[in-house]
Amino acid sequence: MTSAVARDERPTRSLVARLRAPGMGVVRTVKGIVFVLALLPLARLVVGFWLDKLGANPIELITRSTGTWTLTFLLITLAVTPLRRLTGMHWLVRLRRMLGLFAFFYVCLHFTTYIWLDQFFDWPAIWKDILKRRFIWIGFSAFVLLIPLALTSNDWAVRKLGGAAWRRLHQLVYVIAICGVIHYWWLVKKDVTQPMIYAAVLACLLAFRLVRRRR
Amino acid sequence: MPILIQRPSDILPSEITPETVYRGRRSFIRAAAAAGLLGAAGLPLASGDARADTVRLFGVKKSPLSIDEKQTPYDVVTSYNNYYEFGTDKSDPAENAGRLKTAPWSIAVEGEVKKPKTFDLDELMKLAALEERVYRLRCVEGWSMVVPWAGYPLNELIKRVEPTGNAKYVEFVTLADPKQMPGVRSPVLDWPYVEGLRLDEAMHPLTLLTLGVYGQTLPNQNGAPVRVIIPWKYGFKSGKSLVKIRFVEKEPQTAWMRAGPSEYGFYSNVNPDVDHPRWSQATERRLGEIAKRKTLLFNGYGEQVASMYAGMDLKKFF
Repeated sequence: MTSAVARDERPTRSLVARLRAPGMGVVRTVKGIVFVLALLPLARLVVGFWLDKLGANPIELITRSTGTWTLTFLLITLAVTPLRRLTGMHWLVRLRRMLGLFAFFYVCLHFTTYIWLDQFFDWPAIWKDILKRRFIWIGFSAFVLLIPLALTSNDWAVRKLGGAAWRRLHQLVYVIAICGVIHYWWLVKKDVTQPMIYAAVLACLLAFRLVRRRR
Repeated sequence: MPILIQRPSDILPSEITPETVYRGRRSFIRAAAAAGLLGAAGLPLASGDARADTVRLFGVKKSPLSIDEKQTPYDVVTSYNNYYEFGTDKSDPAENAGRLKTAPWSIAVEGEVKKPKTFDLDELMKLAALEERVYRLRCVEGWSMVVPWAGYPLNELIKRVEPTGNAKYVEFVTLADPKQMPGVRSPVLDWPYVEGLRLDEAMHPLTLLTLGVYGQTLPNQNGAPVRVIIPWKYGFKSGKSLVKIRFVEKEPQTAWMRAGPSEYGFYSNVNPDVDHPRWSQATERRLGEIAKRKTLLFNGYGEQVASMYAGMDLKKFF
């Protein structure tokens, strides 16, 4: 009995307090777990392709999947701030850079699939496609806008640009997410249920910010 | 101390696992591991063979109108379908069409005809000799297959009902039963699914009243029990699970024309030079191939069908 008391001299922290301010080790572990989880969509495609389990049109599935995972990671990244504010779990911001970079990672795979397995590096045809098809140019614009964000997602760039300029640059993510959802909406043949779900989630995430700014 | 190591001569032949068994076990383990992995990742697992619910068709003759190209495997033909009555994902029809009741079945043939008649499935099966027609199928979405259909020219049926002079077009109405078809409960399209052809197109020898595929009756996801196949037009023109064929004077309003008049025209002939407003139709991916192919005018059937459109602006009448 006495030893138990001796070991626990600090007042016990409540679960809420521990969730709000976990130790460094916990944060690092969570980061590791999220990193592995974020690679699962890719693993699924690689394993599925290798085992020929991606269905009748594997390239279409790869294109779709990398595209929707890009949007999903964009939305998860945008959910970090609202989650922090609502739960007080401010350490979540330490996952944000990695989540944003995963969005960039999946859009690179998405774009590569298009360039390689859809167009076979036919640059004139690709250029024509980008200019002519509105769903492609809006998706391409979103991709291009995401590049400077990915390039400046390091401490050096934050220092170099200064916090205010860096933040202003990274507000582009709102435009990128909107373009991404429109890209999805425009390419669907008829059933827009899926893009509508992404649009609704994005609308909530943006509305949260607007409401907060008003107050 | 007993010796635990057995010398080879001590092992009875009956104790040795036959090679086929251990190989089988190994592939079973591999399959199970893959299934677990894929299942966990939310990938669809191979569903049962669609052939199980179909019946072999006898006396199907080969046709000179077949093409000599590598046929798309049966499991692809029966698992990758656009049949919105069962859902908008390609895998939905194979998953949801099982509950469709295809017997008894009949098609009402009516409108501008001298002898309107309702044909039941038995009559349709015996109406003319079944032929195997290996056709290209080009979807408006940019993929294609090669499918060995079984059926006979639609004109065999048309001749029997004797269209009047007013019959200029043929309208195909397909089943829309929300009880059997979950997709019909959502307003993705204006149900029932209606398609149409000009009378000469419907009379064309390539237009096939289709009752089977790969020598078997049609699986539900492929439009059982009876559908039409028009190989030089985008796949959506070929209505599935037909319940009514009407002969009319005016061009029918098809389901896709109502859904997107600027994107889907009445003719919808395969044409690499007329793009869908949102994507190119110049190339296609033949399922099973990685590289894309050039799409052919009239899906490669120009020699037989181009004359029907002589003098028409195919960009205007898309």
